[in-house]
Amino acid sequence: MKKLTKEQLAKAFNHSILNYYRMANWKKYVFISVVIIFFLILYTLSFGTEAFFQQLINGIQLGSIYALIALGYTMVYGIIRLINFAHGDLFMFGAYISYFFGNYLIARDFRFSFIIVLFFSMAVTALLGMTIEKIAYKPLRFKPRLAALITALGVSLFLENFFALSPENVPFPFNKIVFGPRFLPFPALIANKVYNIAGISISYMKILDIVVTIILVLLLQFIVKKTMVGKAMRAVAFNKDACLMMGININKIISITFGIGTSLAAAAGTMFALTYGQLQSPYLGIWPGLKAFIAAVLGGIGNIPGAMLGSYLMGVSETFATSINSTFGYAMAFIILIVVLIFKPAGLLGRFTKEKV
Amino acid sequence: MIRDIILLIKKYYKFIFFALLFYLLIEMLNGTIPILPRILTRYYMQILMFALINIIMTVSLNLINGFTGQFSIGHAGFMCIGAYTSSYFTTILFKAAKMAYFPQLALFIFSLLIGGLIAALAGYFIGLPTLKLKGDYLAIVTLAFGEVVRSIIRASDEISVFLKSIGLVKFSETISKISGPRGLSAIPALSKFWLVYIITIISVIVMRNFIYSTHGRACLSIRENELASETMGVNTTRYKIIAFSLSAFFAGIGGGLFAHVLRFIHPDNFSFIKSIDYLIYLYAGGMGSITGSILAATSLTILPEFLRVINFQQWRMVVYPLILIILMLRKPDGIFGNREFSFLVPKNKEVE
Repeated sequence: MKKLTKEQLAKAFNHSILNYYRMANWKKYVFISVVIIFFLILYTLSFGTEAFFQQLINGIQLGSIYALIALGYTMVYGIIRLINFAHGDLFMFGAYISYFFGNYLIARDFRFSFIIVLFFSMAVTALLGMTIEKIAYKPLRFKPRLAALITALGVSLFLENFFALSPENVPFPFNKIVFGPRFLPFPALIANKVYNIAGISISYMKILDIVVTIILVLLLQFIVKKTMVGKAMRAVAFNKDACLMMGININKIISITFGIGTSLAAAAGTMFALTYGQLQSPYLGIWPGLKAFIAAVLGGIGNIPGAMLGSYLMGVSETFATSINSTFGYAMAFIILIVVLIFKPAGLLGRFTKEKV
Repeated sequence: MIRDIILLIKKYYKFIFFALLFYLLIEMLNGTIPILPRILTRYYMQILMFALINIIMTVSLNLINGFTGQFSIGHAGFMCIGAYTSSYFTTILFKAAKMAYFPQLALFIFSLLIGGLIAALAGYFIGLPTLKLKGDYLAIVTLAFGEVVRSIIRASDEISVFLKSIGLVKFSETISKISGPRGLSAIPALSKFWLVYIITIISVIVMRNFIYSTHGRACLSIRENELASETMGVNTTRYKIIAFSLSAFFAGIGGGLFAHVLRFIHPDNFSFIKSIDYLIYLYAGGMGSITGSILAATSLTILPEFLRVINFQQWRMVVYPLILIILMLRKPDGIFGNREFSFLVPKNKEVE
């Protein structure tokens, strides 16, 4: 065999699949698709077509819930470069608000209670999110970035532990607010029907999750792309100082962004609780929040289509892996993240900015 | 040799004096030296040991986050590796509980070192591919790493079944004894207070010396400006990996000590939430300040327990984050910023 020189080896490497980092864009997409399709075919061959489609639907449903949370993360990150760790807890808060309001409406036999509950929960949670932003994040806006991060962690811990206090043990003004650490059955705001199509069970709830996500995302896209507020948001995300000079009220825009992001989290919380029919405890937001954050990073944080893509990728891969083994399913999200970030350091759709001197 | 030791003592006599004094005070209050009434019960001693372990963990996290300027939030992963490795040695491979005192001690220290080394190796391997990531992306990969470690230990049953199927029966048996999802129990209580105390002091001194050495200065330059330091000829990748591995090493040792204080470890002990705890200690104390890390780790470990003792049980986990938020709002750089106690700064040297 002819011995290759160092240059030839380097050239071979540059043109091979190993050099994913320098690959042309379309080649990357082809490569990713081929890998994914390979795994999916493997799955189908070993578990059958029915299982495949069933898991696909389940994955898309889980992915839609992740997407709603991830959008909030990515918007907040995009605008103030803050990983809002309290986002998962706002998701929890939204779920609980819709629990209480839903029970209230069901007791009074309201029609369209689902829509009302969804919007009510979104509005209340948005108010909470904006308040948190005013109290905890605004004073730190021009301080070291990590101080705000720790504050976000503090807010997260506070929300979890405060709402997990049991109402019997706390004095008057608080016992009306706190949720308690108990397991609560979520009211059935919508009668769930299960359709059986060719051996695949598709419940009404799953379709609803996906539809609500699509509607909200389209709404969000409309706000961000077509309205004046959205334009201002993009401007603030791009350059705060220039915005100040152009007469954009940064505080207002950031507040609105927080409001929109948290309302999406609340919507996700409501859908999550409705789908699974239960609220475990006020700590339930931690893991979905974390997974959604990872999904946002996977897609390229600060990038709305990226968050969607990452969430669906995550949801689908997680359900597929969980159907094989639950521990594996749990680790799957993290393994995918590590692999993707090694090859694409700014996420799937994120732009890798070169540092300039 | 003897002259060196004398010089060392001469150099650090103040420090050694205070360290000894503090140790004697603790032992007096503990009742080992029967002069004062016994105030510190075993419960308090355990909290103190946790505080010391948290000091090791926080200072080692400070090496990456504070001094090298990389953002790692998966520190509990390294701790997990250290804890499981050392308890694997003391509990499963050798039965340390049945040994005589000195072999037991030797085995424990050996297992701690092995735990630290394996954690350092993990730090090296996670550091290699991920160091081209910046800021939050690196953070999330370290987080993911921590969770993957946890999942692997959780899956120990499946792994042992797999090992059995490929013929490694003996190995699969020992792996199955880790019993991931059920937790590893009956770990001998080898972490005595004096041992934890000495190891903490040694670790802190080693890390402090690292920071004030040439290598440490290189790490600092990476924190200040990576591009500029690269231009000045600092091999940034190399120093980042060194910092990462060293930090992981001490985290592994901390994990080993932790396992032998608690005597029961479960993968859930080392979840994301644990990493967050260390991050909180670090930032509350001040990035890039060993003093800050030490004080914050001690006080924030004791604070929730203190709130428990004064019948604040219900509210303690509510008050703790509130204190943290107020602290960060009032002092965004942490309590100490990047100031240090004078005994932690080497003399006759221009520092910053």
